[in-house]
Parts: sequence; C-alpha cells; structure tokens
Amino acid sequence: MSVLVNKNSRVIVQGFTGQEGTFHATQMIEYGTNVVGGVTPGKGGQMHLERPVFNTVEDAVQKANADVSIIFVPPAFAADAILEAADAGIKVIVCITEGIPTRDMIKVNEFLKDRDCRLIGPNCPGVITPGEAKVGIMPGFVFNAGTVGIVSKSGTLTYEAADQVCRTGLGISSAIGIGGDPIIGTTTKEAVELFMNDPQTKGIVMIGEIGGGMEAEAARWIKEHGTKPVVGFIAGQTAPPGRRMGHAGAIVGGSEDTAIAKMKIMRECGIQVAESPAVIGEMMAKALKK
Amino acid sequence: MNLHEYQGKELLKRFGVPVQEGIAVASVDAAIDAAKQLKNERGTTIWVVKAQIHAGGRGKGGGVKVATSLDKLKEKAEQIIGMQLVSPQTGPAGKKVNKVLIAEDVYYGKEEERKEFYLSVLLDRERKKNVIIYSTEGGMDIEEVADKHPEKINKEWIDPKDGLQPYQARKIAFKLGLSGDAYKNMVAFVTNIYRAYVELDCALIEINPALKTADNKILAVDAKVKVDDNALYRHKEYADMRDVTEEDPTEVEASRYNLNFIKLDGNVGCMVNGAGLAMATMDMIKLAGGSPANFLDVGGTANAQTTEAGFRIILADPNVKAILINIFGGIVRCDRVAQGIVDAYKNIGNIDVPIIVRLQGTNAELAKELIDKSGLKVFSAIELREAAELVNKVIAA
Repeated sequence: MSVLVNKNSRVIVQGFTGQEGTFHATQMIEYGTNVVGGVTPGKGGQMHLERPVFNTVEDAVQKANADVSIIFVPPAFAADAILEAADAGIKVIVCITEGIPTRDMIKVNEFLKDRDCRLIGPNCPGVITPGEAKVGIMPGFVFNAGTVGIVSKSGTLTYEAADQVCRTGLGISSAIGIGGDPIIGTTTKEAVELFMNDPQTKGIVMIGEIGGGMEAEAARWIKEHGTKPVVGFIAGQTAPPGRRMGHAGAIVGGSEDTAIAKMKIMRECGIQVAESPAVIGEMMAKALKK
Repeated sequence: MNLHEYQGKELLKRFGVPVQEGIAVASVDAAIDAAKQLKNERGTTIWVVKAQIHAGGRGKGGGVKVATSLDKLKEKAEQIIGMQLVSPQTGPAGKKVNKVLIAEDVYYGKEEERKEFYLSVLLDRERKKNVIIYSTEGGMDIEEVADKHPEKINKEWIDPKDGLQPYQARKIAFKLGLSGDAYKNMVAFVTNIYRAYVELDCALIEINPALKTADNKILAVDAKVKVDDNALYRHKEYADMRDVTEEDPTEVEASRYNLNFIKLDGNVGCMVNGAGLAMATMDMIKLAGGSPANFLDVGGTANAQTTEAGFRIILADPNVKAILINIFGGIVRCDRVAQGIVDAYKNIGNIDVPIIVRLQGTNAELAKELIDKSGLKVFSAIELREAAELVNKVIAA
C-alpha cells in the first residue's frame, strides 16, 4: 500500500514535449514510473520518448487509460491544464508549475469541488512512492521504500527529511509535496489523513512553513483522529513579518501564522515538534521504536 | 508587489471609485504648482502633503501634513520631501521620501456630518475565496480595532463563481449605518472596489479611511494596493509602477541574477537551494548561536555563475562573519556546485570570512572531495547536523 500513486498508476505528462516536461518525463521513466504518454495540443499523433503524444487529456484517458497526470505547462496556461485534466476524468492531478495567479487558482478550486479527483500542488515537487512511481521532480535515489509518510510544503526540505529518515534505517511509504502557494489542491490536513488511512504507513513527518493556517488545521485534526506518531517541523522561525519568503504563500500576515504560533498549536495537539531541521529523522526513528 | 497611494488611486479611478484627488510630485516647486492646479480645478484652498512610501502609519512619523496656505504648503513640502520617514511599519532606519502626493481637502463641512470607515478586500486562504472586511472604525489601525473591538469588524465572503452580489454590497452599506445618497454611493463604492480587485489581480486593496463627506460622497482618502506577483505578466503596466528605490539595493541586484534574496540583519550569510530549506537553514543558524544575515534561494539551477553572484551579494554586507552554503542536490549535481564554489572563491579572492559548505544528494561525496582537495579555507559537511555544529564552532571562535 501507499498513497495516491503506485506501480499501477497510468501517468501522462501535460506539457510533454516542452523542455521541462521532456527532462522530467525522462527521469520519471528511468525511475520506473508507468508513463503511458503525454499531452501537447497540436502534436497529437507524434511519438515522444517512445510514447504517444495526444492533443487532449480526454484522448489520453480514452486511448491510454491514463488516471494520473503531471503538469509542466507555463503559469499562464497551467490553470486551464488542471481544468482539462479534471474534466477528462483524471483522478490524481499533480501540478508542478510555479507562479499561477491566485485569481486562477480560486477558479480552479471552485471547479474541482464537485469533481471526483485530487489536485496536488501547484508549485510543488510532486508525489513519490519509492520503488513504484515517481510523479514529480524529486531525486528518486533519496527515497528508500518503508513505512514513513512525508507531507511537506517545500521541495528540498522534503528531500532533506526523507534523507534523514532513510539514514536511520527507516524508509518512506510515500512522500507528498503539497506546494507553497496560498491556494493549493490538497491541504496538509488532507495529506495527513491519507497517511492515517494507509495501512503501510506507521509514522508521519509533517513539514510546514510560515503563512496560512493549514498546519494548525492539520494539528487539530490529528488531535481528534490521529492514530500514528507525527513528527512536525515549521520552517521560518527567523523570517521577518510581511516578507514573501520565496514561496508565494510563505508570508507572515498576523500573529497566528508565525512559526512559533504553529509549533505551539502542534505541540498542544500531541505532535512531536522538531526545533531544528537537523533532527527530523532521528525524532521519527525514536517515535517508531516506542 | 506594493503600489504607492497615488498609483493605487489612479487604478481605482478607472473602475469608477471616487478618490481624494491629488497630484504626485518629487520637488517643492512642483508641489506648489500642483497645489495651484488643484485650487483651480477642484476649488480646494487647504491641501494635504502625503509622503509616498511603501509603509503604513505615515501620519505618526510626520509624513502627512495639512497646509492652509501656499506658504505653509511650501514649508510642509520642504519638510517631507527627502526626509527619512520613520513610521511604526518602516523599522528604525525609516524610508527616504522621494515623492509626495499633494491632495485636496475632503474634510469640509461640519465634523458630525462626516464619518470615516474601513474597507479592504483580500484572499481568505482558509476558505479559498475573497473576503471584504469592513468596519465603522475607519482611520484607525485595524489590527488594534480587531484586538479591542472584534465585534466591530465585519466580513463578507464572495462566492468565486458568482462574484459579489448586489445584496452583499447593500448589506455592507446598511451595516455601516448609511442611508440616502451616502448609502447609494457606498453600494457603488464597494461594488467598484471589488471589481477592481478582481480585474487588477490584486492581493490586497485596503481603503482606510473611506470617507463619507459632509455632502454624502464616499471617497477613498487613502489606498493601499498590492498586486499579485504571479499575475504581473497579465498587466504590463505594473512593470513601470515598480519603485526600486523602495527595495533594498542588494535585493534588486540579486533579482538580476534570478536569485531570491532578502536582506536581514544577522551575522551568518547563507546560500541555499529551495525556499523551504533556505528558511530551515536560517532557523538552524539561529539555534547554533548565530543569526541569519539573509534569505537566499538559488533555485533549482545553482551553477558557477549564480554561486559567484550569491557570494558577492552576501559579502557586500560587512556584518557577515561566516557563510553557510547548504545545497541538497537532486537534479542539481553537487560536484558542479562544489566546482562553482571553488571557482568563485578564486575569482573573488581574499574571502576572509569562514565558509561552511554542506552538499548532500547527487554526487555529494565527489563534491566533498573536490572541496577538501582545493586547499581553500572551507569547512565541508554532508549531514545537516554537522553543518550546524560547524556554524556553532565558527561563531564561537
């Protein structure tokens, strides 16, 4: 078991023939991900990376039975790509694109409400289930298969946490990079919930950052429904208020979205909070030995 | 991206939002001309000189002054143009005032016939929809109102599909206690502000105060407008509205190399790939006994050129006593970054602050070897905890 993607996932790449799409599709195929094709409007019928190119996601679903999509199209067209994937019946949509306007994401969020699909991202590193499928841009070799689920807003910090966990001898069930934008498809709480319901996952690493209230929401949910140990970390304890720290959503607006405030709520809800990013793996190992 | 009051007002006027009119100027002579022009066109004989900086609380720092004659206007303009304005939001160093807005007087008539309100539009991240926040307590610090009188803060959430509905605009106007012409004008005001927010791709519109004048007009006396950085490509004119004098010069320099840099006031510089890891690295520096001198995300394409640019930008800060480079190589190969560091080091020459390099991920061992063999005064680490220990050691020395 795992969450969201596995060896049976039939993955398509939207923005398949572009530079980014080509590079990462190649990496994903090398990893062993079952990439069944891609979509580039106007290039349907061609072959790329020995796989068919389709004009529309609908074609890819009908002809290649795609059920997962990863999106690499530029910001101006990414929201539309998400809508197309959802409308075609794709179940898991992973949007890597950074820089989608908030107005577009409000619309996307509304569109997805009554559709049976899950959006991961945008502005995220994607999802990986080690040894089965990499639907993202993360370095696959860092992730050994195992029993720890990772939920994170940040890319490289996800790799860091996975590396630390794997160095203790543990491994990763799946890792979900949920993204650093103000509006994202899957919240921290929803990702944690997926892991709580996954029998293979024994422990969860939850990595957040300043801005918004998603970690607090997840913490309260864990307090009520949690059945597995959770180790948490919040980046940005030293971030100045009012400044956007790289990610569009990483900005302290009020007293409740600071790192300190979030860490406090997480502790109160029974999450083991790492003060330093260097001890995440160690804390997870200890928590699972008990 | 933040806009100045005068820029925000210009944009709002296009959507039919009435504003306190004014003319932005950069010199005292131009200020006097502007005042005369306003007198001719608007009939005002009282003017307000308003410093144009990207920070609130301008009045408290002496950046907003009323002038009742042209002589006084000259005097106030001389005081404000070029001043280093320190407000509750600028930090102790303050901000230099390059431009002022010469604005008409809108506080005419009897005081009891006027009323100030607060109105803002922004994104509610939790509900994933826009919200209009409004209050009868205008002209005050809204955080303070929220603190002391939370019951006086009202919110109206906007359905993303259907937008602001007429009944919502009416509700807002009624709840602000208005009737007659003032009520009608407020309904139009709210409707137009919201339309501007959406069509201009704003991240914030804050009108504080929105004034009901003695003759029942509703005016935006101030306008704080922030536009969504991700939507700049849809509004080409925003590029011309950017005021780089409001930004830290090193940050402007960094952005030319596509480096995401934010200046802080600590003693340990850092260079990291990825925003989350960069923030985490800053936190780690603090825990190790130092304090971060900057945020610097070199992104997914760290190479020799960006590494060198990063070095130069960090080293420009005399407070920096040590530099920590933290790269988790995925697609970025660590040995390439290591080579970049070695080259940059040689190119810049005489870097006399200790450098700690932590490279992990693709080709990390190879990278460590490269650095260790280079003969440079560089401490290298592979695990994050080793890097933290090194920071601690270097600062203590």
